[in-house]
Amino acid sequence: MASLGCFLRSGKNAVSVVLRREFSKTPPAAVQVNVRDALNQAMDEELERDERVFLLGEEVAQYDGAYKVSRGLWKKYGDKRIIDTPITEMGFAGIAVGAAFAGLRPICEFMTWNFSMQAIDQVINSAAKTYYMSAGAQPVPIVFRGPNGSSAGVAAQHSQCFAAWYGHCPGLKVVSPWNSEDARGLLKAAIRDDNPVVFLENELMYGVPFDLSEDVMQKDFVIPIGKAKVERRGTHITLVSHSRCVGFCLDAASVLAKEGVECEVVNLRTIRPLDVDTIEASVMKTGHLVTVEGGWPQYGVGAEICARVMEGPAFNYLDAPAVRVTGVDIPMPYAKILEDHSVPQIKDIIFSVKKVLNM
Amino acid sequence: RVLELTGCAASMVASSRSYADFTPEATFDIKKVDLHRLEEGPPLTATLTREEGLKYYRTMQTIRRMELKADQLYKQKIIRGFCHLYDGQEACAVGIEGGITLSDHLITAYRAHGYTLTRGGTVREIMAELTGRRGGIAKGKGGSMHMYTKNFYGGNGIVGAQVPLGAGVALACKYLGNDQLCVSLYGDGAANQGQIFETYNMSSLWKLPIIFICENNQYGMGTSVERSSASTEYYKRGDYIPGLRVDGMDVLCVREATKFAADHCRSGKGPILMELQTYRYHGHSMSDPGVSYRTREEIQEVRSKSDPISMLKDRMLSNNMASIEELKEIDIAVRKEIEDAAQFATTDPEPPLDDLCSHIFANDQPFEVRAATPWTKLTSTS
Repeated sequence: MASLGCFLRSGKNAVSVVLRREFSKTPPAAVQVNVRDALNQAMDEELERDERVFLLGEEVAQYDGAYKVSRGLWKKYGDKRIIDTPITEMGFAGIAVGAAFAGLRPICEFMTWNFSMQAIDQVINSAAKTYYMSAGAQPVPIVFRGPNGSSAGVAAQHSQCFAAWYGHCPGLKVVSPWNSEDARGLLKAAIRDDNPVVFLENELMYGVPFDLSEDVMQKDFVIPIGKAKVERRGTHITLVSHSRCVGFCLDAASVLAKEGVECEVVNLRTIRPLDVDTIEASVMKTGHLVTVEGGWPQYGVGAEICARVMEGPAFNYLDAPAVRVTGVDIPMPYAKILEDHSVPQIKDIIFSVKKVLNM
Repeated sequence: RVLELTGCAASMVASSRSYADFTPEATFDIKKVDLHRLEEGPPLTATLTREEGLKYYRTMQTIRRMELKADQLYKQKIIRGFCHLYDGQEACAVGIEGGITLSDHLITAYRAHGYTLTRGGTVREIMAELTGRRGGIAKGKGGSMHMYTKNFYGGNGIVGAQVPLGAGVALACKYLGNDQLCVSLYGDGAANQGQIFETYNMSSLWKLPIIFICENNQYGMGTSVERSSASTEYYKRGDYIPGLRVDGMDVLCVREATKFAADHCRSGKGPILMELQTYRYHGHSMSDPGVSYRTREEIQEVRSKSDPISMLKDRMLSNNMASIEELKEIDIAVRKEIEDAAQFATTDPEPPLDDLCSHIFANDQPFEVRAATPWTKLTSTS
């Protein structure tokens, strides 16, 4: 099993799911795109494709986006389609949902997902539940997006991971891209989906470049929501992760490979609906499971994965209890040394793998 | 011979007297509207045609009897959960609809049965939704607070949340350039919600075609307006938004004010706010007798002096726009419509268990839904 360099993680074995061709030897010409630009291009292309799509949020227009994700869009599409809002999340999230009721396809940006707590009633009670309550009369084609989870030095109120909270709720689709291909394909899929999608980005990933193949750069490239991706094949243990931690898992896998341990790394891509089939198939192959997430442990994504594995066929294949690597169960501290010790590090993943494999 | 009516709210009544006997239209003085940041308000008179009068009478009576029937069914435990009744406030729903068209949009809170009717729902499907049957307007999935029709976005259970939603609908109207507007209703209790002020701000900034309407029925649940609001002048609470305070018990007042407000919106001036002063005869919901925080005398007084249906009836009779017999026939027809609907609502079967997991996502492949135990397999369909 070839180990992958840091750079080309998404390039070599990644094939866009939409196209059924298989790449054997040389991949098509790759272009380097960072996650920010992947998101930007995805939005640009979808705004162009469908007039009903529009973006609203704080600083998305004239500021080019608080994190520059919407750079250039206001200049291109103008006030009607790229709308700067006042700092009133509950109000503008409600407005976005109402616009979706009436047939538009809004992208509602939260500057960070921490601020979505101000508006969470609109996301859950107005968006997620309406199609069901109306017995199918009222669909809600909306995307809520923004950076989620820990950043660097932004302390407790700006560092929470909301994957578990939103992942809990029926009526929502919740996606958590890791790399540029994920970002591009999942955002396009989310915008084209007729249902409310919670799109959890990661600020620290915005500037990270990845190679994207020609196929990925096609205008109709979408990644199906609800399908995980095996980023690295392995035989000894399964690592399941989402968002930035996928990169850490791959790094840990490289280190472990030198000691003869071959990790299979599963990139969830979607939190809800969870791709249990891919997880189970992997666990049934390796017999060992470690989940890795940035969020808090209690009632989290890893907890759900472990419960599902317990309840399904994969349990009988486990040679050791499944274990979770998570953020530390504390509000995020500020001082760098404390912050570094509040999030899962590569050494924590390596340590856990060895424990589970009884090494 | 007098013909009996069946059918929808807009039907005319034939009677033994010919149409030529009745006044085809009359003009009434209506109460002056209090204005906020407006030089002029709606006119001080309203012209009512015989046809309009009969239509408003029938619709208000239908709402009244439908709500009273719901009360009955609730007490028989055939309706359960939440049930917030609208009797007393009929002039609001009917008057508003008289000032807009069905291609305009409307959203309200949980006291929504009357609006579901004026927005095109039938008594049958409303009652069957209350009893949770498959023939309900939301197939039994929504219940009292979650009924939808074309251009009617419910029925919303979270106090105040419907107001930004309504502004979003208005944004879509402006975006699509269709000259439509959205009426966004809320009560005196909701009027203090922060998200409503956020919505006032954005609607004004972006000149959205939205009519904010505060149905002030004096009580937010058990809390009177004096006990909940530092300012009870709800028509002024929009601050920079022009406002009107209107007699919500007079269907003509409501209609004229709504027409005025709709003109304001459609001329691109942005939002406008109407406060309708109205009253509910029932308590907040079926679990509230409604007399621990107000007196029976007060309720009685409103009923005898300001009942919206009586007011319209008196106007029409005293101006020879209809006969007593004619109106009685309408009453009988309405009663029959309600009885038939109640019959349907109590005999229609409950939704099939297959519906448990349906309608989670639109336009999606079927997928597995986690049941109460891991061994049960449930499938969701769109």
